[in-house]
Amino acid sequence: MNDPKPGFIGKSVERREDYRFLTGNGQYTDDITLPGQTFAAFLRSPHAHARIRAIDTAAAQAAPGVLAVFTGKDVSGVNGLPCGWLINSIDGTPMKEPKHPIIAEHKVLHVGDQVALVVAETLAQAKAALNLIDVDYDVLPAVADTATAAGNATAVHDIAPDNVCYTWALGDKAGVDAAFAKAAHVTRLEFVNNRLVPNAMEPRAANAVYSRADDSYTLYVASQNPHVERLLMTAFVLGLPEHKVRVIAPDVGGGFGSKIYLYAEETALVWAARKVGRPIKWTAERSESFITDAHGRDHVTVAELAMDGNGKFLALREHTTANLGAYLSTFSSCIPTILHSTLLAGQYTTPVIYSEIKAVFTNTVPVDAYRGAGRPEATYLLERLVDTAARELKLDPAELRRRNFIRSFPYQTPVALMYDTGDYDATLDRALELADVAGFAARRAESERKGLRRGLGYAAYIEACGIAPSNIAGALGARAGLFEAGEVRVHPTGKVTVFTGSHSHGQGHETTFAQVVADKLGIDIEDVDIQHGDTGKTLFGMGTYGSRSLSVGGTAIVKALDKVVAKGKKIAAHLLEAADADIEFANGEFRVAGTDRKKSFAEVALTAYVPHNFPLDKLEPGLNENAFYDPTNFTFPAGTYVCEVEVDPATGAVRIDRFSACDDFGNVVNPMIVEGQVHGGLAQGIGQALTEGCVYNEDGQLVTGTYMDYAMPRADDLPHFVVETAKGTPCTHNPLGVKGCGEAGAIGSTPAVINAIVDALAPLGVRDIPMPATPYSVWKAIQAAQQH
Amino acid sequence: MNVPLSLRVNGKAVTAEVAPETLLVTFIREHLRLTGTHVGCDTAQCGACTVHVDGRAIKACNVLALQVQGQEVTTIEGITPAEGLHPMQAAFKACHGLQCGFCTPGMVMSAIDLVQHHPHGSEREIREGLEGNICRCTGYQNIVKAVAEGAKAMQA
Repeated sequence: MNDPKPGFIGKSVERREDYRFLTGNGQYTDDITLPGQTFAAFLRSPHAHARIRAIDTAAAQAAPGVLAVFTGKDVSGVNGLPCGWLINSIDGTPMKEPKHPIIAEHKVLHVGDQVALVVAETLAQAKAALNLIDVDYDVLPAVADTATAAGNATAVHDIAPDNVCYTWALGDKAGVDAAFAKAAHVTRLEFVNNRLVPNAMEPRAANAVYSRADDSYTLYVASQNPHVERLLMTAFVLGLPEHKVRVIAPDVGGGFGSKIYLYAEETALVWAARKVGRPIKWTAERSESFITDAHGRDHVTVAELAMDGNGKFLALREHTTANLGAYLSTFSSCIPTILHSTLLAGQYTTPVIYSEIKAVFTNTVPVDAYRGAGRPEATYLLERLVDTAARELKLDPAELRRRNFIRSFPYQTPVALMYDTGDYDATLDRALELADVAGFAARRAESERKGLRRGLGYAAYIEACGIAPSNIAGALGARAGLFEAGEVRVHPTGKVTVFTGSHSHGQGHETTFAQVVADKLGIDIEDVDIQHGDTGKTLFGMGTYGSRSLSVGGTAIVKALDKVVAKGKKIAAHLLEAADADIEFANGEFRVAGTDRKKSFAEVALTAYVPHNFPLDKLEPGLNENAFYDPTNFTFPAGTYVCEVEVDPATGAVRIDRFSACDDFGNVVNPMIVEGQVHGGLAQGIGQALTEGCVYNEDGQLVTGTYMDYAMPRADDLPHFVVETAKGTPCTHNPLGVKGCGEAGAIGSTPAVINAIVDALAPLGVRDIPMPATPYSVWKAIQAAQQH
Repeated sequence: MNVPLSLRVNGKAVTAEVAPETLLVTFIREHLRLTGTHVGCDTAQCGACTVHVDGRAIKACNVLALQVQGQEVTTIEGITPAEGLHPMQAAFKACHGLQCGFCTPGMVMSAIDLVQHHPHGSEREIREGLEGNICRCTGYQNIVKAVAEGAKAMQA
C-alpha cells in the first residue's frame, strides 16, 4: 500500500456528496422534524457573573403550548460536563476542575450561561415563554480580561480563588536561561493572539427523542464525533446505558472544532426527552451561537528568541496566559499546552526551549480548539519572532530561516515531538518562486510612487496533526484514546460499504475514502459507499478534528482492507487449488503467481457468501473485517507561506496583493479537495489577522455578538491564493504516507499577514500590529510610531 | 390571528394561513418543508437563506412571508431540473465550490442572479457580487471560479 497503483488516489475526483448539497437535499440537524416534534428554547443569562437568588417559572409553565420548564434545580443531581484532558501544574497539583452544570443552578458565569430550558409545541411558543421566566439575579463584578484575570479580586470559581486553572510548563528552563545569558542577540515580542468565534455556517442544533417502547434514546446532533458525544454523555453525565443511546450526526455544516465538544444543550435535551416523552429540537440562533459555541485562541504572550551573531537560534522562551473561559470545555486544557508548546521548535534546530502556560478562568464563553487548536498560537509566536529578528539583524528572512532549518530526520525536538520527515528548503524555495519575491523590490517602488507602503511577510510553519498515539496522549493527561476505527463490509455482489469513525462535515470523506478503497481493492469507485456519523451503524470513532481523518481514519480502513484481501487470498487459493502463499492480489484480481489463473474480487466475494466450494473447516464464510488503528506518532505537515500587502498609511487600509503557499502534505489522495482545505484555512487565518476579533468589555458583555460587529471575511476581503502542494515527503509511519491538510492554512497564514504589514510599515517605525489589523488599528500603530 | 397567503413557489400555486410575523424563510422551511434554504444568522448577512422572488435574489430571513403575497418564489429545489443539474450547480461541483454545503444553496441562488444581471463579471465583480453570502469553508476561491464557469455555461 506504500505505492498504490494510481487508479483513484491522486486524482481530483468530483465529490459525490455535492449532488445533495447543491440541490437542497442535505439533511442538516435542523432540517429533520420528527413525528410529535416539540421545540426547545434556553433562557440565558444577560449578566457575565451573578448569583441566582430565585427563579420563578410559573407563568412560563402556564403559557400557551408550553409542555415543560426545567431549571438548574431540576438537573442538580446530574453530573457536570467533563473535561477530557488532565493537565498538572508545575508543582504537580492537578488542574482545577469546577463543575460545569448543564443548566446553571446557583451562579451564572458568562453572558449566555443557560438558566432554564423551555419545551413547547412550537418554537414561537417556547421563545415567548422565555420572557415569562423571572430570574432574580444578584449581579457580581465580572472578570473578563485575560491579562488581569490571575489574582483578580473577583474569582469565577470558589475552587480557584486566583482564577488560575493550572500553571504548566514544558522544556528546559535552566538550559534556556543559560543560553539567553550568552546570546549575542535577543528578539522579544509581547502580543495577544486574538479571541475568535469559529462561526461554522450551520448553527449548532440537536433533536433528542426517548422511546418508551424499547427504553432507548436517539439524538440527532451537529457533531464532529458522535461516538464521543455518546460516551461522554451516557457514562460521565447522564448515567444512561451507552448501548441504548444512538447518536446521529447527519449532514453537519462545518465544525472547525466548535462541534467536537459535549455541550449542555444536547445533554439537557436528552435528559428532558424522557421527561417530556416527545422529541425535542433545539437550533441555535446565530447570536446564541456567539454566546455558547466554544471560542478559540485568546492568548496573552511574551516571547523571546536568543541568537548568536550569525542568527543561529540558541533558545526560545515564552510565557502565555491562556483564557479558558468560564468553564472547562471538553478539550480546552490541552490546547494551550500539549497542542501548543510542543510546536515551538517549528522548522528549526533551536536546541533548548521553555514554555510556561498559565490558564485562567474568566467570565466569558469557554475557549477550546478552533482550527489549528494551539498550533496557530505557537506558529504566530515563532514566526513573528523570526521575521522580527531578521529585521533586527538586517538579514533576509528567508536566509535567517535557512540558517536554522532542520535537515536531518527523524528529528527529536526539545519539546517532546519527533518529526518523522520533511524538506523545509523545498517548500521555502518554491514559495519564494510562487510569490515572485524577486520582483518585490520593483513592486514596492511602484507602490511608494503612489504613496502606498508594500511589505512582504513570511511564515514557515509546521504542525502536529493526525492525532494521536493513545499511550503518549494518555501519558500527557488525555482521558481518551485517539485511535480510529474502520469496517469494510463486502457484500455478496462484490459491492463494498465502509463504515468509518471519521466524520465528514465538509472534508469530502465520502469521496476521498472511496478513492482509497477503490484503489486498494481494484474495483470501480461507484461500487464503494462510505458511511459515517451514526453510532447505530458505525463501530466506533473518535471523530474528525486535528487533521486526522485520512492519516488515522484512512489507515484504519486500509488495515481493514488488508484483512479483507488476506481472507480473499485464502478463498481464492481454495477456488484455484493453490497454496495461500502463491496467491497475489492486484488490480482487483486474485492470481496464482506466475500463471494466468485468477478469480475476480467479485467472484471471491460471492463465494464468501455462498460457501459451497469453500474451506469451511479452516475459514468462516462472509467477508467483513474491521480494524482499530492507533497511530505511532503525530504527522507533521509543513510549508512556507508568503504574503504581500499594500498599506495605505493615510487610512490604515491593508490590501493583500498576493498570497502564496507551498505545503508538504506527504501523499495526497484528492488534490482538489486538499487545495480547498488550504483555501478555507487561509481564509480563516487571514480573517484572524485582518478582520475578526471577539471582544468583551470590562463587564463581560460580548460586544461583538452578531455578524454586524464580528467581521467574517467576505469574498471581496480575500485575495486569489496561489497554492501549490509540494510533491512532499510522505509520512513514514502510515501506509498511505499522508500527513493531513485540514488546518495548515489557518496555522501559517496569520503570522505571514502580520509580518507583511509590519514589513510595509517598518520604515515608519512600526514594529508590531495588534490583531485584527483593521484600518483603525493599523492607522493608530502608525500614529504611535510617528510620535516616537 | 392568521392571515391568508397565496403565492407561487417553484412554479406551483400555494395557499396558506400564516401568523403575520412569519418570515419567508420560516414559511419555506417549516410550512412547505423545503429545507434546502438555510438559516445561518439572525442579522440578514450570511445569505444562506437566499431565494428568488419574481426573479430577484432576496434574503428570505429578512422578508415576511406576507410581503411576497401574489409573487413568484423560487428556491434551490426550484432551479434544480428533473434530471441532472442546473449549469451553475454543475459548475460548483466541477470547481469544488462547496465543502460543508450549508451556504451552498444561497450561494448558488445569488450566483445565478448575479450572472443574470452581469453575465461577464470580472473576478473583482464576482467577489463584490457575492458580498452578501458568507462561506466559512472554501475561502471563496473555488466559488468565484465556479461562478465564472457557470456564467459561461448559462450563456451557452
